[in-house]
Amino acid sequence: MNESEIRRLIDQVRDNGISRKQFIRHMIGAGLTVPMAAQMLLTSGLAQAQTASNYKPTKRGGGGALKVLWWQGATLLQPHFASGTKDQEGSRIFYEPLGAWDADGNLIPILAAEVPSLANGGVSRDGKSITWKLKKNVQWHDGKPFTADDVVFTAAYAADPATSAYTSGSYKDVKVTKVDSHTLKVEYQKPSPFWADPFVSAAGMIIPKHIFESFKGATSRDAPANLKPVGTGPYKFVDFKPGDMLRGAINTNYHEANRPYFDTIEMKGGGDAVSAARAVLQTGEYDYAWNLQVEDELLVRLEQGGKGKTSIIPGGNIEFIQLNMTDPWTETDGERSHPKSKHPILTEFAVRQAISLCIDRDGVQKFIYGRTGIATANFLNNPQRFVSKNTKYEFNPDKAAQVLETAGWKKGADGIREKGGKKLKLVFQTSINSPRQKTQQIIKQAAQKAGIDIEIKAIPASVYFSSDPANPDTYTKLFVDMQMFTTTMPQPDPEIFMNQYLSDQFATKANKWLGRNSTRYSNPEYDKTYLAAQSEMDPVKRAALFVKMNDMPVNDIAIIPVVYRPRVSAAVNNLVAPLSGWDNDLWLLKDWYKNT
Amino acid sequence: MFRYILRRLLIAVPSLLGISLVLFSVLALAPGDPFSDLVSNPNIPAEVALALRQKFGLDDPLMVRYWNWLTAMVQGDWGYSFISRINVETLIMQRIPVTLLVIGSSQVLALCIAIPVGVYAATRPYSLFDQIASTLAFIGFSLPTFFTGILLILFFSIHLDWLPFVYRADIPETGWRFFWEHFKQMIMPVTVLGLFQAGALTRYVRSAVLDIIRLDYVTTARSKGLSEKVVITKHVLRNALIPVVTLVALQMPAIFGGAIVTEQIFRVPGIGSLIISSMLANDTPVVMAVTFVFSTLVIACNLFADILYGWLDPRISYN
Repeated sequence: MNESEIRRLIDQVRDNGISRKQFIRHMIGAGLTVPMAAQMLLTSGLAQAQTASNYKPTKRGGGGALKVLWWQGATLLQPHFASGTKDQEGSRIFYEPLGAWDADGNLIPILAAEVPSLANGGVSRDGKSITWKLKKNVQWHDGKPFTADDVVFTAAYAADPATSAYTSGSYKDVKVTKVDSHTLKVEYQKPSPFWADPFVSAAGMIIPKHIFESFKGATSRDAPANLKPVGTGPYKFVDFKPGDMLRGAINTNYHEANRPYFDTIEMKGGGDAVSAARAVLQTGEYDYAWNLQVEDELLVRLEQGGKGKTSIIPGGNIEFIQLNMTDPWTETDGERSHPKSKHPILTEFAVRQAISLCIDRDGVQKFIYGRTGIATANFLNNPQRFVSKNTKYEFNPDKAAQVLETAGWKKGADGIREKGGKKLKLVFQTSINSPRQKTQQIIKQAAQKAGIDIEIKAIPASVYFSSDPANPDTYTKLFVDMQMFTTTMPQPDPEIFMNQYLSDQFATKANKWLGRNSTRYSNPEYDKTYLAAQSEMDPVKRAALFVKMNDMPVNDIAIIPVVYRPRVSAAVNNLVAPLSGWDNDLWLLKDWYKNT
Repeated sequence: MFRYILRRLLIAVPSLLGISLVLFSVLALAPGDPFSDLVSNPNIPAEVALALRQKFGLDDPLMVRYWNWLTAMVQGDWGYSFISRINVETLIMQRIPVTLLVIGSSQVLALCIAIPVGVYAATRPYSLFDQIASTLAFIGFSLPTFFTGILLILFFSIHLDWLPFVYRADIPETGWRFFWEHFKQMIMPVTVLGLFQAGALTRYVRSAVLDIIRLDYVTTARSKGLSEKVVITKHVLRNALIPVVTLVALQMPAIFGGAIVTEQIFRVPGIGSLIISSMLANDTPVVMAVTFVFSTLVIACNLFADILYGWLDPRISYN
């Protein structure tokens, strides 16, 4: 099935020629998955059928206490200052966005009456404006009504540079206007195929105007409500001790029938991931534990306790290796890894190819990550429609040796290859983290066989992931030959995720190494494709553009994907907790319940 | 006496200044900053991190930052947490009661074990009891708390399923259940800390009693026909405890330090777990305030021990 055919079908659905179901069946016939087909309709502006909820309780409350364990406790409850997910999750108990992402990357209305689409007039034809219709009869926890004013205020609050909101990126370039008390219009500067960023998911939590009005801008840090949230969510605020305990009680005026199920919620912070897994899987002391960065082997053993189970939710996070395209060892204009410099060895394709052949991804998955890291050839692994079929990986040190031999790299007396007086020696850095050091070892050994000498370097995570301009060991600087880390894909749309290979994103001294392209990969074709994708309103074409972008650095072997990392959490057996790899764990807290 | 205390207090001021300067420089030189998370997040514009650094004065030179901190501290302003965005003293005050409860209970437990065991062992030196007590005491202070803590969790929480291993400062129950739940969750952390302390203390009590028991006045008391019980409690113990009391006072800061690990293992929301999470988040003002509290405590405890010693032992003079 080719592109024009798909487009014809979508048009038919639009004109009610065929039903949504028929369309999806056609697409499955063409080898696509259901969520992928559903997404095509969504981004083409066709309202999607609500995913049938499995929510069973028939009355509000009565579920007792829900006890969740966050081994890094929430430290503040203002969603627009939430730097890590721990704070977003804490805020998410009380605040809600207009829409949220489900596990398949579909947009689900929360405070919105419906998801904007071309069909319902919510998405303009030119892709430059969105109209959100809000749910009526939603109340803030203090009884005041929720209106479009609150949403407009939230945008203004976050966009104000003096507020220094962590979410400002989602709001600074959009214009939000109120249409009537429950309708608002969001205007974008250019056609925006990915319009679902402001007011959606973690960055989109709406805060009440009447509470925060006098704390906008420079005074934002003084707002008492930063620690005592007043939201619209399923639970009302009771008590908060930063980093330790967060408690909430049922919101009896919640805007959806029969929800929530639990009478109270308790989020305990502190400790470590392993004991958090124990408290759920082995003793059942807690109902749910977040972000279990624990070796899979141990998780499997804990699960045998029979009290709980782990959930492994796919998202877009990827553990990958970057090869430095610039020269980290000599200074050009007083700067190492200067954009204008060329790496003495790694600019040769054969060398990059040989390194890639020395990486045993299946072995890394099997022996190190288990269910929590799946071997992949792609940088972009999710949602399905963005996944490239044009890439593959191979582990074959002998072939690597051959490739190098043909390219003129001859083995010296010490077993290390050299050419033109240059030795095939590389420094490979990553953060201190046991699975990463094991991966480094696996790669080093295979590379040795092929005649490449890899020197391993491990840096404490607090240094490696910091932004300190004076420290040479941060990952954005990449002052060595290669490095490995996980980059996170926070949204189901790859637009922001894929900006890290743009030429104008180079990490340089001038931008204090805040640029995201630390590999220093530069390809005019990539830049052009990215620009085209940014305003491509046709979802099928746009997906194809992202696949093309994935293929460029991957097939040029500027980067080597290793494993993609699903999110891992644990819940007691009878807890029903819908999770999503594209949103916070508590994105659908209103639908959590226990089977009795 | 009063002059002595005054002199000691005056000496404490430059020591505290020196300590604060060292702490501040070390923290400032340490890598990482509280807003490093922002940089790796593609959704947050780089300007936000820069604006925040400026707003919280992180771009000022070290001495300016130190001076700002010091002047604020003198006025009773402990600083402002970058991460929680509230005042540091609020954060510390929330945590102190739990720490005091856990540390206090463990200290009481340690004394309840160390004094009777130490005295009994000293009155029968090299007996079987003494040897067993000495061995256990050695094991007690050789095993680190993070090891015994995990051992207890594995045995009592996971194997037997008797005790909870997640400590909760606010228990919703009321009445007797409230106390019962509190008691149950405190057993393990208090035992871990208490036994660790008891090990060292038992050895100390034993040797102190051994020193005294050989003295002539004890023989005199015995020859007067006093019962062994009276000799031990009235004549030996009172004098033997003088150095023990000083030791306890001197050790208080060390106990706070030891509690850091225990608090982390059992998720006790005390000042120790606060300092760990703040360090991990590079929340310098909180780390600074807590370490400063600890160092003040060291100085105060030293002073307290000296004064107490003189009060208990009139032979000591302060001139």
